[in-house]
Amino acid sequence: MLDDDDRRLLRYWQAEPSLSQGELAERAGMTTGRATRRIARMQELGVVKGVGVVIDWAALGYAVEVSLRVTLDKTQGNAFDAFMAQARNVPEVIELQTFLGRVDVRLSIIARDMAHYQEIYRNQILMLPHISEIEALMHVARIKTSQGVPL
Amino acid sequence: MTRLDDTDARLLRALARDAGQSTAALGQRFGLSQPATWRRIRRLEEAGVIRGRHLKLDAEKLGFGVTVFLGVKLALRGRVSLEDFERAVTAIPEVQTVEHVLGLYDYRLRVVARNLPDFERVLRRRIMTLPGAGEVEANVLLSEERLAGPL
Repeated sequence: MLDDDDRRLLRYWQAEPSLSQGELAERAGMTTGRATRRIARMQELGVVKGVGVVIDWAALGYAVEVSLRVTLDKTQGNAFDAFMAQARNVPEVIELQTFLGRVDVRLSIIARDMAHYQEIYRNQILMLPHISEIEALMHVARIKTSQGVPL
Repeated sequence: MTRLDDTDARLLRALARDAGQSTAALGQRFGLSQPATWRRIRRLEEAGVIRGRHLKLDAEKLGFGVTVFLGVKLALRGRVSLEDFERAVTAIPEVQTVEHVLGLYDYRLRVVARNLPDFERVLRRRIMTLPGAGEVEANVLLSEERLAGPL
């Protein structure tokens, strides 16, 4: 589906997502027209879904980030759907993932400080349906955040 | 800490979804002139609220069908250098993110692989051989949602 030129474009682009298509073309050693056509095709195929900004929540006063690993009570048939639907409504939840493994669902939660976190945890998280177990991992530092794919 | 007004918050939300839009188009949506929009985005960048940009790729369409989250506990035998571990783990191309956490595990890794056998290769040859790596727990990602957060 993709050839070496496509992959080269993506490699430069994911390393520097704010590059313009002209700059990308130059790095990848092709004409702007050629790069633009390839990028448009990859967008049509859904390989490239777009560029988004990364928000630094700490700069907005959200100093605490906690990863909550949740095991659900699977004897309840709709446990996943019911849990997810309500978790989406908690504003401080910024990420929601489901897994195959020991953990069923993971939530990333941000809070202004520990007191705020405690409040969210007690009043919103513990109110979510069908939880059988919760483990918390407190975020200390981001060491690598590339999210890039090894192309 | 930076405080956002309503327009900043809406702008940030729109940019997180799609940062490829022109400032003119964004401005029109929020009733701002193109220069005013540009200035607001610039200010958010300077304040560090916008940490950077991120190219959203469909890993599966690029042939990376498996994403696994690993919880890694460092072994306490001998002296373990966090720097050595972090340097080595960051250098693995399949490792997309590395977070230092507090709790059940010391590090949380996001690993992408072509398929399960490929993941097994990464796990055995690269992760298990990391300096200081002890207990490892793996959870295979099934679904993932990024939410707007408290904006």
